[in-house]
Amino acid sequence: MSSVLEYTEASRPPFSSEAGETVASLDTVTKRYGNGVVALDKLSLTLRRGEVVALLGPNGAGKSTAVKLLMGLSSPTAGAVRIFGADPRNNVARLRTGVMLQVGRAPEMLRVREHIELFRGYYPNPMPYTEIIQAAGLEGIEGTMFGHLSGGQKQRVLFALALAGDPDLIFLDEPTVGMDIKARRGMWATVRSLAARGKTILLTTHYLEEADVLAHRIVVIDKGRVVCEGTPAEVKSLGSATSGSSSSRSLKIIRCVTTLPTTTLLAIPGVTSAELKGSTTTIISSKPEATLRELLALDQTLHSIEVQSPALEDAFLALTADRE
Amino acid sequence: MSTATLNLTALPRAISFRRNLRIFVREARFEFLRLLRTRPFSFSVVGFPVVFYVFFGLIMNRGEHIGSVSVAKYTLAGYSVFGVVGAALFAIGVGLASELNAGWLDLKRASPMPPIAYVLAKCSSAMAFGVIIVNILAVLAVFIGHVSLTLPEYARMIGLTIAGAIPFACMGIALALLIPANAAPGIVNMIYLPMSFCGGLWIPILFLPHFLQKVAVVMPTYHLAQLMLSSFGYPSAGTASSHWFGLLGFTLLVLGIASIAARRLEQNS
Repeated sequence: MSSVLEYTEASRPPFSSEAGETVASLDTVTKRYGNGVVALDKLSLTLRRGEVVALLGPNGAGKSTAVKLLMGLSSPTAGAVRIFGADPRNNVARLRTGVMLQVGRAPEMLRVREHIELFRGYYPNPMPYTEIIQAAGLEGIEGTMFGHLSGGQKQRVLFALALAGDPDLIFLDEPTVGMDIKARRGMWATVRSLAARGKTILLTTHYLEEADVLAHRIVVIDKGRVVCEGTPAEVKSLGSATSGSSSSRSLKIIRCVTTLPTTTLLAIPGVTSAELKGSTTTIISSKPEATLRELLALDQTLHSIEVQSPALEDAFLALTADRE
Repeated sequence: MSTATLNLTALPRAISFRRNLRIFVREARFEFLRLLRTRPFSFSVVGFPVVFYVFFGLIMNRGEHIGSVSVAKYTLAGYSVFGVVGAALFAIGVGLASELNAGWLDLKRASPMPPIAYVLAKCSSAMAFGVIIVNILAVLAVFIGHVSLTLPEYARMIGLTIAGAIPFACMGIALALLIPANAAPGIVNMIYLPMSFCGGLWIPILFLPHFLQKVAVVMPTYHLAQLMLSSFGYPSAGTASSHWFGLLGFTLLVLGIASIAARRLEQNS
């Protein structure tokens, strides 16, 4: 984890969904707990080889439940869960998976290398020790007791344990919590290189930037159902698109201070919505350049102009707020 | 690159067993090492029986006898049991509760680790601590208490320590599944200390009030202590097989409780 890399959509490795075989799936899965809570409601989710999928959703949406079912930690009330064509509760199926969970406390009086050695031993073809250390950025702290590590270092050890078996399917639950920016970027680089090697990664995170940057596909779930699914660009557009407009990849949000009334703005080519809040007008446009040219021509006194891509945060909030 | 579906019959059974054995050995080694390095645990689990034995077995009632056996030798049996029970209850009862609560157990369960390796590793670590405690007590008994301990007696003591760890390891599992982790140390102590006292581990059973002597029959600590005493040639109350049955019954009982608790946890998670 040496250099800090620049992350843009352009630097995400290409992914062709047609080529990928299904590696894991939740097939119309319902999960009802003993106390009556329905955590998943006929949810279907497919993971394909070489994909990085980010699972997003508010707290209580069912993300952890979905991931736990895929890990084999519990079984569905209805529907089927499969990894590599087998039931994840079968020990043998897990020989090809690696898991990173949010752990409150791990055994503190074992050294980093002892933890890794223990987990490597579970797998018939583990990843070479030095490769794990390098991928997780643990050089220099291999001999340290787990309890003496900082929060970010502990996260990296947990990541190393997920990589121990050289798995083909990796589950990462909030992987960069507590990490500084350099460590986070380093982990992103490692995740990308793993995906490039054909490994499948399912990621849950509250850092929407992380999902935006890493994922080939984002699945938004709320109240046990899939609300939205698509590439990060598609999800962002879906979230900020008003009803009736198509999901366009080049939606932009334009903010400015203008004297033009809303009716005029709505008539400008490309504008899908226009709203005046206080002194600022917010316009959403599917043809931002054309809209800007018109705006500037129509209003010579227009000022404080800002053009932004729709944020994943806004899309996410919009998608999950609707359902209440 | 490998195919998407997994050939589940690919691993021959023989290799599978050997690999499981290796996993168990590694798991047990690290569990023991970890417990040893956890000073609060290792010092108290070993320290308490040793300190108690020094006071009640060696210093007080010096030179006295209970029946045909010196106090030092009689209490050696009691405190050996006290030691192994403590090792099992704290290593497993408290240890497992804390790992369960922290989510660490989920991580282990999500890995290909065979669960039996984990359970056996914890149990063997408790046995190992039991053996360490008993050896320290035996050394103190022989060199300070002037106890004459023959080799067969010593061998039986060690054997009983190892076997005796099992019922209490199972009890530890049941407790870990029932009690919230932060209450675990307190609750385990509240069960461990009275159970030891009522089993006649501290004060010999014959010196306890009558009704407690009757209650002792349901105490697994009582049964293990009586077995330990009979291995010293001290005539114990009841036959050896009655004590083994008592321990077996207790083990089955706690395993039953543990499996109910486990099922309940699974349904709610």
